[in-house]
Amino acid sequence: MGFKEKVLSKSIYAFHLSSGSCNNCDIEFLDTLTPRYDLERFGIIMVGSVKHADVLICTGSTNRLCVPRIKKLYEMMPKPGFVVAWGACGSSRGVFKDSYNTGAPLDEIVPVDVYIPGCPPKPEAIIAGMKKLVDKITVKK
Amino acid sequence: MMKILEYLFLFLVFPGFAFSATMGLFAGWVDRRLTARVQWRVGPPWYQNFLDVIKLLFYKETLIPEGVSKAIFLGMPLLSLASATLVSTMILVISPAPGSGFIGDLIVVIYLLMIPAISLMLGGFASENPLASLGASREMKLMLSYELPFVIAVLVPVIKSGYAIRLGDIMMHQAANGNTIASASGVISFIVMLLCVQAKLGFTPFDIAEAETEIMAGTYIEYSGKALGIFKLAKAVMLFALPILMIILYFGGITFSSEGIIRTVIQYVIILALIVVIKNTNPRVRIDHAVKFFWGPVTALAVIAAALAYLGR
Repeated sequence: MGFKEKVLSKSIYAFHLSSGSCNNCDIEFLDTLTPRYDLERFGIIMVGSVKHADVLICTGSTNRLCVPRIKKLYEMMPKPGFVVAWGACGSSRGVFKDSYNTGAPLDEIVPVDVYIPGCPPKPEAIIAGMKKLVDKITVKK
Repeated sequence: MMKILEYLFLFLVFPGFAFSATMGLFAGWVDRRLTARVQWRVGPPWYQNFLDVIKLLFYKETLIPEGVSKAIFLGMPLLSLASATLVSTMILVISPAPGSGFIGDLIVVIYLLMIPAISLMLGGFASENPLASLGASREMKLMLSYELPFVIAVLVPVIKSGYAIRLGDIMMHQAANGNTIASASGVISFIVMLLCVQAKLGFTPFDIAEAETEIMAGTYIEYSGKALGIFKLAKAVMLFALPILMIILYFGGITFSSEGIIRTVIQYVIILALIVVIKNTNPRVRIDHAVKFFWGPVTALAVIAAALAYLGR
């Protein structure tokens, strides 16, 4: 593990995008920033602009109107950037798989690095997922 | 030639860029850690801010929006960092040797302290994003509101030291006659100064220009990679330089003896802790409230302090 990987894995700015979610995943993400879980210990903070971000966290069932916007936001994120599919809907469209307005699953729109399943994922699952992301960054050449 | 090299060393290494940026990033960590403790969290490790800046400066892509003026968009972070570093260098060179300033250096410092806010504003307007323009216009209104009480508050140490506008004279007068903070006018103008410094640093309750929840990152929204990293460095240098300026004006300055350095560190940490506690116990105010607050009660307090100082209290 070189210095670059160490720096990238210890300072993660997360941008959070809701592509038509029921808000439960979004609330769970905020939970992980609260005293009991405190993701800032690992240098993970939430940023307001995608141009500051290292990680695009995508929740929700990626409905048809959101598909071009997800692509655009992924292109706006400065590289190296990573994508996290968040929750059952983000990972696989969940129960909305056959709905008329869900376009495509997230991993057919942008390359996804980590999946965090759950409806919504528990904070412990989120921290485990972030650990997976850190592992992915550190072994990535 | 030697003179130029000496000035370059002063500006770039000690006590200029390298030293003040390191201290500023460390102070930024103190801020984050104290914030975390106030909120009953653990907070990031001490090297977190260094990693953030190194990541932004060296390992991230710098995106430039289509159609913006590159010179202004990328020049403004540099201007901001350069002027913040110049302030920090000036006050740290003058402070241990009060004779080394020039007449009017206090005025130069006040003007240089405005430039980071101005460059942030121009950078925001140049980035052609509606939210950034909104943030920049808020920054402009905020600046108009806090500069008036700030200048009146600075007048108090000036009046008390017999109308000296050299930082060195102000410090020597304090060494002979006691610190400014030990008088009624000194305490009042210190409080005014603290509020203005809060606004100058862009901390809550006056972080209206970069309000994260309403206009995302405001003026910073289009900045990424190196440009954002340089803005962060400039902010860190300001976080280091402004409390040092307050120590010079109210606590009699810095001396580089072992006892003097310990005293300065204690004073610095107290001022920083006050700033962080104000930041953590107040909600963000609206821009019109901020303007009313600074032009109303704060300016009145500052005028009272200046009048008291004129009467010799």
